[in-house]
Amino acid sequence: MNNWSIGPIDAWIIATAICCNVACGLLGCFLVLRRMSLLGDAVSHAILPGLVIAFMLSNSRAMGPMLIGAMLVGLFTAFMIEALQRWGKVPEDASMGVVFTSLFALGVVLITRYAANVDLDPGCVLYGLIEFVPLDRISLLGHEIPRATVTLGFVLVVVVFLIAAFYKELTIVSFDPYLATTMGINAALVHYALMAAVAAATVAAFEAVGSILVVAMLIAPGATAHLLTDRLSRMLWIAAGVAVVSAVVGYMLAAHPRLNTSVAGMMSVVAGAQFALAVFFAPRHGYVSKLLHQVALSLRIAAEDILGMLYRWEEARRDAPLTRDQIVAAMAGGLTPRLALLRLLRGGHIESAVGAAVRLTESGRARAGSLVRTHRLWESYLAQHLGLPLDHVHEPAQRMEHFVTPRITEQLDAQLGAAQDPHGKEIPPAP
Amino acid sequence: MIAMFRSNAALETPAPAAGAQAAPAVDVHDVTVAYHRKPVLWDVDVALPRGRLIAIVGPNGAGKSTLLKAILGLVPLASGRVEILGRPLSQARSMIGYVPQRETVDWDFPVSALDVVLMGRYGRLSWCRRPRRADREAARGCLAQVGMGDFAGRQINQLSGGQQQRVFLARALAQDAAIYFMDEPLAGVDAATERAIIDILRSLRSAGRTVVAVHHDLQTVSEYFDHLVLLNMRVVAAGPIGSVYTTENLQQTYGGRLTILDEAAEALRRAGR
Repeated sequence: MNNWSIGPIDAWIIATAICCNVACGLLGCFLVLRRMSLLGDAVSHAILPGLVIAFMLSNSRAMGPMLIGAMLVGLFTAFMIEALQRWGKVPEDASMGVVFTSLFALGVVLITRYAANVDLDPGCVLYGLIEFVPLDRISLLGHEIPRATVTLGFVLVVVVFLIAAFYKELTIVSFDPYLATTMGINAALVHYALMAAVAAATVAAFEAVGSILVVAMLIAPGATAHLLTDRLSRMLWIAAGVAVVSAVVGYMLAAHPRLNTSVAGMMSVVAGAQFALAVFFAPRHGYVSKLLHQVALSLRIAAEDILGMLYRWEEARRDAPLTRDQIVAAMAGGLTPRLALLRLLRGGHIESAVGAAVRLTESGRARAGSLVRTHRLWESYLAQHLGLPLDHVHEPAQRMEHFVTPRITEQLDAQLGAAQDPHGKEIPPAP
Repeated sequence: MIAMFRSNAALETPAPAAGAQAAPAVDVHDVTVAYHRKPVLWDVDVALPRGRLIAIVGPNGAGKSTLLKAILGLVPLASGRVEILGRPLSQARSMIGYVPQRETVDWDFPVSALDVVLMGRYGRLSWCRRPRRADREAARGCLAQVGMGDFAGRQINQLSGGQQQRVFLARALAQDAAIYFMDEPLAGVDAATERAIIDILRSLRSAGRTVVAVHHDLQTVSEYFDHLVLLNMRVVAAGPIGSVYTTENLQQTYGGRLTILDEAAEALRRAGR
């Protein structure tokens, strides 16, 4: 454990990863919103032949030619996928799969045939060599800075600038391309600009961090942020946060002596883990919150049903008061009615005397009265206006009484003007 | 409400009587549109007058939406040309408002109702320029006009279908256009929304604006609109509603289908429920 610490070397690696992850994460937000996450994946793989051809033509691994080669092939990929769809009538997933696997394979063939003697190897393209980032340094403003950090930092600045400058255009083209077009905003241009940015970010990143991390960052932060918020600007911030956390936590975990594993891989895993957490715990769209919401709802319904039961019991002037066990039994047993009873007791809606007899309190009676009122008004409405037979009105009214707002209830009352429900029971007055 | 539309006097289209030489709101010349070599619109030639509520009506697959998209440059023309207020589309964009079909957008998109309405102002903001306070105020005003003032901050998928349609209409109002194109603005909305939308359309007309809407309901077309284009791949008839809305024209537009529907309706009536 004692050699698990962060030195300047590690800091450079983390800074490089942060630049790469945030740039990809921000671009990824728009891919996710445009339902094109896999297009990012496709483009990031398909640029391989562009890199090889650029390398063959320029005979160097300089960033300039590589960027140009990758962007051209990236655009070509996006164009081919759309062309196959539109003119070849090939479904989107198939055209995407065909185009990017073919191009990636072509890249592999080109490498092994023409570039086997240089260290442009496909494995490195996939996994990257982020651990070696700090070794290759250049001098910038009197500081020795790793080359990859400079490159990816530049990419991040460009991406942030583009998103800030074209925020409106990106938003409207992503949401409603038709409206954008009628306003004279070129939706196709924005689409291809986004693809070019994805290709550029990919190639800038591939040597340092590998395309696996790039693909993960193009999808996971955006998808996570989409689950967590309903506003685009917040979504971009959250995606950036997820990207940073992936870089830092991923590196710390990978560098842990007990794990000592692939840095890029661990960062991607951390991004995936954050997505999984969001799926379960997101405040509105998450699984757990939906579950909690359902539990709360069924408790409320059970509590309201108990109030209604007690009200009708009092109304019928039964001599012996209901006991807790009778109520639970009438509600088909189980945990829900017991919890609902507890909640009503604590809320002061019912009181439980000796012998577990249960009575309504004043506030409970008022609440129960308005529930029964809604129920009976609904029954009257269903019988009068929809012509439902009497034995068919109780069930729907039983369900609706929990959801109808007071305003609707009063509208019903105004329309019906009835004092009794179709079964001849008195409709309680408005509270 | 009307006063609000009047705020931009330059956009007011003169009444048709004001000048015979004034170009029509939309002039469609011999337009043909084909998808995969199959014609969808065939030699459509029609002029739409200014300051009217104009309905485009026809059976499913008649090319109603395609005609709107052809006018707006959203589908390529196989032949023909379109003029808006006497100008080519590229010079008339700022005078156009558009309400696409509700299903064409992703309502899970992370924006609020107000954000959507603000998009109506994007056309007049150059790039790099964010919407300003005045734009926000205008957008809020448009939301209030369609009765959605209280929903400005709502995420759009928390709105009902009718509310979403109102937000779309508010966005079109924010465009402050001379001519509005609406693709089925009344499809699948509740009765209250339908009334609200019709009220807005009428006040637009009173302010001298032109509305061109694809409409699907033959029952209400003569009540809501004053000019009619009957379309079934080609224009069957076009003109003021009184002279065009005839049984003969409708039968020609709908072919045998109208009589089948008629018979079905008659059969239902006889069954006497």
